[in-house]
Amino acid sequence: MGEQKRRSLRLPLNTNILASLISIGVGLIVGLILIYVLNAKAAGGAFISLITTGFRSSDKFAKVLYQAAPLIMTGLSVGFAFKTGLFNIGATGQYTIGSALALIGAIQFQLPWYVCLLLAMIGGAFWGIFPGLFKALFNVNEVITSIMFNWIGMFSVNLIINNLPMMLAKYWGGAQMDRTANLAQANPNALIPRLGLDVLMKSNYMNISIFIAIAFAIIAWIILSKTTFGYELKACGYNRNASIYAGINAKRNIVLSMVIAGAFAGIGGGLYFLAGTGQYTLVKSLLTAGFNGIPVALLATSSPIGTIFSAFFVSYIQVGGDAMQPDFVREIIDIIISVIIYLAAFALLTQELLARGKQRHEEAALDAAEAAAETVAEAAVEVKEEVK
Amino acid sequence: MSILADIFSATILFMIPLLLVALGGMFSERSGVVNIALEGIMIIGALCSCLFLRFMDSSGFGPAHPQWAMLFAILVAAFTGAVFALLLAFASVNLKADQTIGGTALNMLAPAFAIVLTWAIQGQGQTTILIPTWSRITQETLGVAVKDNFFQAFLFKSFYQTTIWAVFIFIIATVLLYKTRFGLRLRACGEHPQAADSVGVNVYRMRYAGVFISGLLGGIGGLAYTLAAGSAFQSTVAGYGFLALAVMIFGNWKPLNILGASLFFALFKILGSYSGSIPFLPKFENIKASEYIYLMLPYVVTMIVLILTSKKSRAPKAEGIPYDKGRR
Repeated sequence: MGEQKRRSLRLPLNTNILASLISIGVGLIVGLILIYVLNAKAAGGAFISLITTGFRSSDKFAKVLYQAAPLIMTGLSVGFAFKTGLFNIGATGQYTIGSALALIGAIQFQLPWYVCLLLAMIGGAFWGIFPGLFKALFNVNEVITSIMFNWIGMFSVNLIINNLPMMLAKYWGGAQMDRTANLAQANPNALIPRLGLDVLMKSNYMNISIFIAIAFAIIAWIILSKTTFGYELKACGYNRNASIYAGINAKRNIVLSMVIAGAFAGIGGGLYFLAGTGQYTLVKSLLTAGFNGIPVALLATSSPIGTIFSAFFVSYIQVGGDAMQPDFVREIIDIIISVIIYLAAFALLTQELLARGKQRHEEAALDAAEAAAETVAEAAVEVKEEVK
Repeated sequence: MSILADIFSATILFMIPLLLVALGGMFSERSGVVNIALEGIMIIGALCSCLFLRFMDSSGFGPAHPQWAMLFAILVAAFTGAVFALLLAFASVNLKADQTIGGTALNMLAPAFAIVLTWAIQGQGQTTILIPTWSRITQETLGVAVKDNFFQAFLFKSFYQTTIWAVFIFIIATVLLYKTRFGLRLRACGEHPQAADSVGVNVYRMRYAGVFISGLLGGIGGLAYTLAAGSAFQSTVAGYGFLALAVMIFGNWKPLNILGASLFFALFKILGSYSGSIPFLPKFENIKASEYIYLMLPYVVTMIVLILTSKKSRAPKAEGIPYDKGRR
């Protein structure tokens, strides 16, 4: 993983963007071919609605923004951990805990929305502690801890919500036993403010969550690019041994990185459920919302600002995919996205080859210097250990 | 007594997919390729073999020769899983792409592809593929008289050919990894590919082989999971590929430990789902929906064991790093 990132780091920004755009183009062509194969008669119209629905009307555009907000947050979560060399496949669990705490604050304790959102952040951060801490203290692979805590989180939430009688829709006069109360009934103060945007865009889905998400993306960018802490995090991601040699506390950074990643995912859950348009359903399978952050982060090559655009894109074609129904099943969108991600790695390689031709000498010098630095760092760590 | 037989039988049933898929993951990672795509491979194997079983059922061959049809279905699962895994091998060996990214893409592709194909074949809205009832091995299949004893309840409650093959595969996998030239070379590629290359081992080919084997086993594991989970395939294996990954790490990338780890996990999972009918387990009567406590159990226990054994845990040294001949 470090290898790939080191390579992508040296590329100029526009090469990264170009690589992503090429992948998107090819992915869409694959999608087009697929729907032609499946049903040639309806294919043309369906493809047009796939790529235009999101912009066609203001309420569809509102839906795009509404879905993009939690995607930005989970994408930031995965991307932030990637920067420290960690794979946060646990965004789902952190998202679930964040959602649950936000809803408990909103319904059981009747708190206003900003406190609920804070609770969501704390919940997600709390769930991010475990993979980070276990990795730092016991050297347990963060992927496996995250997977385990996804399930533990989901079952805990089901257990807790079942035992808080006010939480379920039934308490508030709803019919269903299996989901949380409708927020508009239970506590309208906990709804994320709409500031008249819903009237403007003629959609119930519209609120300020997209602006909150973009603000967090900017915060993530500032942390990573403009602070010493962010520099240390990235240093850990590129070469842990070298960063330890340079006096960076790698263990502390692993834990903090996962906590921040968890907080982002938790906020994502809060933004989604505090919109009031979705109710948390007690299920026995993991929420897919957290997993969707992975493609968003990958498409953005983990850049926080890029995440805004990639989340917007993913949300946009999801809305388009819904419009393709019932002629086509909406999972065609997932095929397109997976093809794009698969190609993103490939496109990056081609772009790199082009870039390499121009600056081969520079590159070679850099490689040599880097290899030398690595050897020195590793030797130093070994010496350090021997001295101990 | 019969509940004990049920528990043992169900434990074996859920252990088989974990064992097979974790062994598959082991081959891939021992060759140096992190295989996070196991979940997707399972889905593709299960999808194709279930479609094949449906085809066998409607063509009349299945009901007439159920176990032959089942054997072919297992072969279909293995083959399609392996072909799908080649996509990962291509990305991570030839393109030197990030293995996690390639795996994630495949994990996303597989369930979507399964749903699209199921729709295309069975018609709109038909997202489940029913498994024919003749796929199970019964007393009748083996020509044994039906008796109401512990042994028969244990063996025939849910007995499929995949269980038999899993035993063979486990033995073959262990021998292959530790007692053959191929196994030694494969392990070398996962530990120090440059050293392996310097003595004439083709690292690229070895990594292809590792991923291919993981595809074979992952595909069969997908079918085994679908048989265990119920009577139909619904375009998902419910996170079992990821669990198998956990079992593999828990099993320290070694066959025998993986066997133990999969048994351990399956036992706790089954205890969780049978918690209501086991008399000596606490019932938590003043807590609503207390079954969730037991459902959580296997994950919590695995986590604790992982922490306790983490000092001994050792991943293949070169896993996840694309091999580049020109790099020192």
